[in-house]
Amino acid sequence: MTRRWLRIPSAWVTPLGVIGAVIAAFWIVVAFTAQFWVPFDPLAQVLPRLQAPGIDTIMGTDALGRDIFSRLMTGAGVTIPLALMLVVMSMVVGTLIGAIAGYFGKWVDEVLMRLTDLVMAFPTVILAMVVAAALGPSLFNAVIAAFVVSWPQYARMTRSIVLGLRTQNYVMAGRLLGFSPFKTLRVDVAPNVVGPILVLASLDVGTAILLLSGLSFLGLGAQPPTAEWGSMISAAMANFDSWWIGVFPGLAILTVVMAFNFVGDSLRDIFDPTSQMSKARAR
Amino acid sequence: MSASSNDLLSVTDLVIEYHGASVVRAVDGVSLSIAPGEVLALVGESGCGKSSLARAVVGMEKPRSGSVSYRGQAVPLLGVRRRPTAFTSIQMVFQDPNSSLNPRIRVGAQITEGIRAALARGEAGSKPEEWLERVGLPTAMVSRYAHELSGGQRQRVAIARALAARPDLLVADEPISALDASSQASVADMMRRLALDAGAGLLFISHDLAIVRLIADRTVVMYRGQIVESGVSERIWEDPAHPYTRALLSAIPAPDGRGILPAAPAAEAPAEWRSALPAALDRV
Repeated sequence: MTRRWLRIPSAWVTPLGVIGAVIAAFWIVVAFTAQFWVPFDPLAQVLPRLQAPGIDTIMGTDALGRDIFSRLMTGAGVTIPLALMLVVMSMVVGTLIGAIAGYFGKWVDEVLMRLTDLVMAFPTVILAMVVAAALGPSLFNAVIAAFVVSWPQYARMTRSIVLGLRTQNYVMAGRLLGFSPFKTLRVDVAPNVVGPILVLASLDVGTAILLLSGLSFLGLGAQPPTAEWGSMISAAMANFDSWWIGVFPGLAILTVVMAFNFVGDSLRDIFDPTSQMSKARAR
Repeated sequence: MSASSNDLLSVTDLVIEYHGASVVRAVDGVSLSIAPGEVLALVGESGCGKSSLARAVVGMEKPRSGSVSYRGQAVPLLGVRRRPTAFTSIQMVFQDPNSSLNPRIRVGAQITEGIRAALARGEAGSKPEEWLERVGLPTAMVSRYAHELSGGQRQRVAIARALAARPDLLVADEPISALDASSQASVADMMRRLALDAGAGLLFISHDLAIVRLIADRTVVMYRGQIVESGVSERIWEDPAHPYTRALLSAIPAPDGRGILPAAPAAEAPAEWRSALPAALDRV
């Protein structure tokens, strides 16, 4: 039995959503397989330095004689899995905290929401610097810093949805029928939260990639010689006339962030109950 | 209205207040009781406190003072915790059929939740199709979703779900006011029939005296949080004692097309509507 709320009618899928999904899928595949098929070792400094894009090295080489193409492709495997992990972690933790706050209300809500306010007050980059100072700069520490500041948005959104649902008659009817709090959350609340949260998460993947690359660019994330897009752009600043060093990682970030944003926008159209209703009516 | 021991529900001196910028006393010292197999109607204009009273009866509203007891036990407040199984025999039908059903779950599965509540109390099981039939819907509707139904059909499903829990007491908070005129009378009549078939008491809240007269054994008229008139429905209909009840009755549109809309808002209402008239209470 297919669940109607997860079935995606073809007419609602926008062309941009499809393009985004294809590009995102391409990058995810690259992220997990690049190490097996790239032409050069991304860390080996064996090629001529600062070589322009050509036959052997289609994206040129950097100042240390490393192949940009190989570094770019393996670089996908550094940032994208971490960004996905970051989003999933934030989503799970944030949704759980938001649902608890919204459902139980009163002092539970008060305590959890003040906590999210507190966390939201931290500027991400400053926090990442603090974490880097405390734990040492590394990509994983950057993920921890980003996680600390990114779960509250999920908590806030979930809480507001749950608060709205709590007074819905069908939630009341379920409770009058003797539903346990867990069953109410599972049956009456969760299905209404899933859509908006998935949309938020898919839009957040792009933000997470930008954030991690940005932190690496600043030297707070991936450390040399790791092939990471942000740090590759950072290295390009020293050789500004060799345009290929910075442009290709920049394009990679651009395409992957846009792809996830397109997917997110498309998902929003699918899950938005008002567009769903207007389309159902038109049918 | 004296509370006797065999009453299903007895509400005693109930006071409900809402604390906002100012304190609003929605229900002001109301007492009433329902016996098994009895249909009691609660009528009054919007804001007279009838919905607050209904919510307090099922435990959704915390009384400021007074008590609500069901089979001699105080009805627990519907808090965060699971409702005690014994009290799932109090069910409610809500005013707005559009938010009464979970939009993500099939109609049949929602009725099944009612059946589960009945089973949990050791009552007989049943099938969702039976209940759909009883409320006058095609059995094929078990696989539908709420948005595929009309408002009247949704309300019938909500009634089916409540009845599937085999309640002893059914509280209906304006269950027909959101329905179109053609289905109001039939849904109201159906609710009376099904509640009585099950041997349950029915607290039917409405602002429509014409329909209340058809289905209720006794009627309670509320005005500004207090009971102004109560007693046998037919008696109140034929010979209203309280001026407010008379005003309500005269506001019923007559089929000759000269019906008058409900009179002035409460703020400009004649003072006599607020008068206590002991002779208008417990009429037989």
